[in-house]
Amino acid sequence: MSRNALGLWTMGVLSLVLVFGVPAIVETFALIDFTLFIAMAILSLSLAFVWGFGGILCFGQSAFFGLGAYTYAVAVINMGESTVPILLGILLPVILALVLGYFMFYGRVSDVYLAVITLAVSLVFYYLIGASAGEEYKIGSARLGGYNGMPSVPPINVPGNPSAAVEYEALYVPAAVLLAVVYFGLRALLASDFGRVLVSIRENEARTELLGYDARRIKTVALAIGAGIAGLSGVLFCAWGAYVSPTVFSLVFTAQIIMWILVGGLGTLTGAILGCVLIQYLATWLGETKIADVNIVLGAIFVAIVLLVPSGFVPMFARLGDTLMRRRGEAGS
Amino acid sequence: MTGPPLLETRGLTMRFGGVTAVAGADFTLGPGELRCLIGPNGAGKSTFFKCLTGQLRPTEGEILFDGESLVGEEPHSIARRGISIKTQVPSLFDGLSVAENLRLAAARTRNRAETRAAVDEIVGLVGLADRADSIASQLPHGQRQWLELGLVLACDPRLMLLDEPTAGMTKQEVARTAGIIREIGRDRAMIVVEHDMQFIQMIAHRVTVFHQGRILAEDTMDNILADEQVRDVYLGKQAGAGRERSDA
Repeated sequence: MSRNALGLWTMGVLSLVLVFGVPAIVETFALIDFTLFIAMAILSLSLAFVWGFGGILCFGQSAFFGLGAYTYAVAVINMGESTVPILLGILLPVILALVLGYFMFYGRVSDVYLAVITLAVSLVFYYLIGASAGEEYKIGSARLGGYNGMPSVPPINVPGNPSAAVEYEALYVPAAVLLAVVYFGLRALLASDFGRVLVSIRENEARTELLGYDARRIKTVALAIGAGIAGLSGVLFCAWGAYVSPTVFSLVFTAQIIMWILVGGLGTLTGAILGCVLIQYLATWLGETKIADVNIVLGAIFVAIVLLVPSGFVPMFARLGDTLMRRRGEAGS
Repeated sequence: MTGPPLLETRGLTMRFGGVTAVAGADFTLGPGELRCLIGPNGAGKSTFFKCLTGQLRPTEGEILFDGESLVGEEPHSIARRGISIKTQVPSLFDGLSVAENLRLAAARTRNRAETRAAVDEIVGLVGLADRADSIASQLPHGQRQWLELGLVLACDPRLMLLDEPTAGMTKQEVARTAGIIREIGRDRAMIVVEHDMQFIQMIAHRVTVFHQGRILAEDTMDNILADEQVRDVYLGKQAGAGRERSDA
């Protein structure tokens, strides 16, 4: 079996365990924590796709995440039913990404400025929403609330039935299914012609264009796909905590997404999930046990990983596995 | 020349600040023609190619391909019209295999079965059939040049621009490249920038001489070699050296 097929089967089995196995063994309280990890893992996947495969260093992935969360909050407070708000929470970030992508890629903005622009967009949201504390800042019946955020956001409900809420531990299974759908969807996308051309742009953009592919259009579409996934993650996050505040747009948060990916390994999808869950779990654990300051420990880990395992954990383990297989093959022959 | 030209430039000019790399070049190429472009380093040959492929937007002048203007078009849309370029330093997808490189080039205009057939055919044509699964970055220089030739060919262009296709090749590799170019040049137009006079004699019918961004002369290879003016600016030593090598 090839490594690719082996990986696919492993991930298939793992997602079945995640969806059906975990809820059967884990306590309710932990399941609620896990739901948050899953929402964040979806966000991590979105940037892993855009950055790791599209070569687009989007420093403001949190802008799409936060916009998804706020869109959901505002829409569901006004509508009272969650189906359309979920879709809007995906659609609005996609539109924002299409507009941003148009100016950045069609304007041939270089990579460094692209990171700066996307970060700036996220910070603009941060201060803009932060300044919306007054009574007068409301959309329909939804008050934006400035830095205090928006509390009591209604949960997701069974489509068409607002009284059947899917909240607390019940949100776990839909979230896990969505994670699997996003993961396998991205794998399929990367294996398609579109995915191949996207990776070829990362490898050599000038050559790809000289072969007749429109790199500007393909990168814009990739950014929009990543934004939609980040928006979905924001919706889940907001519905999970029934709350959203401008911290989703903050520098600390957007930098964290980049850290998840570097820890897991840039250029892999599994690495993005692993890195995200590891860091989140560690942060939660440190926060509960109060052994050491969370930020100091995470900072130290981040520095250590960049210095010692610069390619991230998943590529490191893959190389290790390859070496072991070869050794065994040589010993057997 | 019979019929309308495939490619025509009128007063093509490209300035970089105070430097004029191409200074009003009037160039014409017929359908199916193979033309060699020679000239000293800095004569503007590569800049001329970059203008034709949309990598640079000319300061002045007109480029007509099949009667339609190309000025201001994006590189990808020029490629779609049927102009394909092999750059001076091979530009490949270094992390991908030979077959994957070719597949990317071939897949834009073909369905899966056609792509597979085209890749199989081209990999043989450029002599890389036994290296199809090698990673591009691990190929020796000469084979990298052939792979890029294959990429250009996989686009199925009407006009191929080859910028120094034999640079860094051994004598045997140069001869083989000449064979490949004669083979693929049968049914498409081609402009080849080269310094190797022996190679040019193997493939060319007509030669255009670039000097200081202008077209200095345009004639058959023998007449060019006999032209005093051309010898003065460029050929003197090199043509002599080429003769000596062919005598040996």
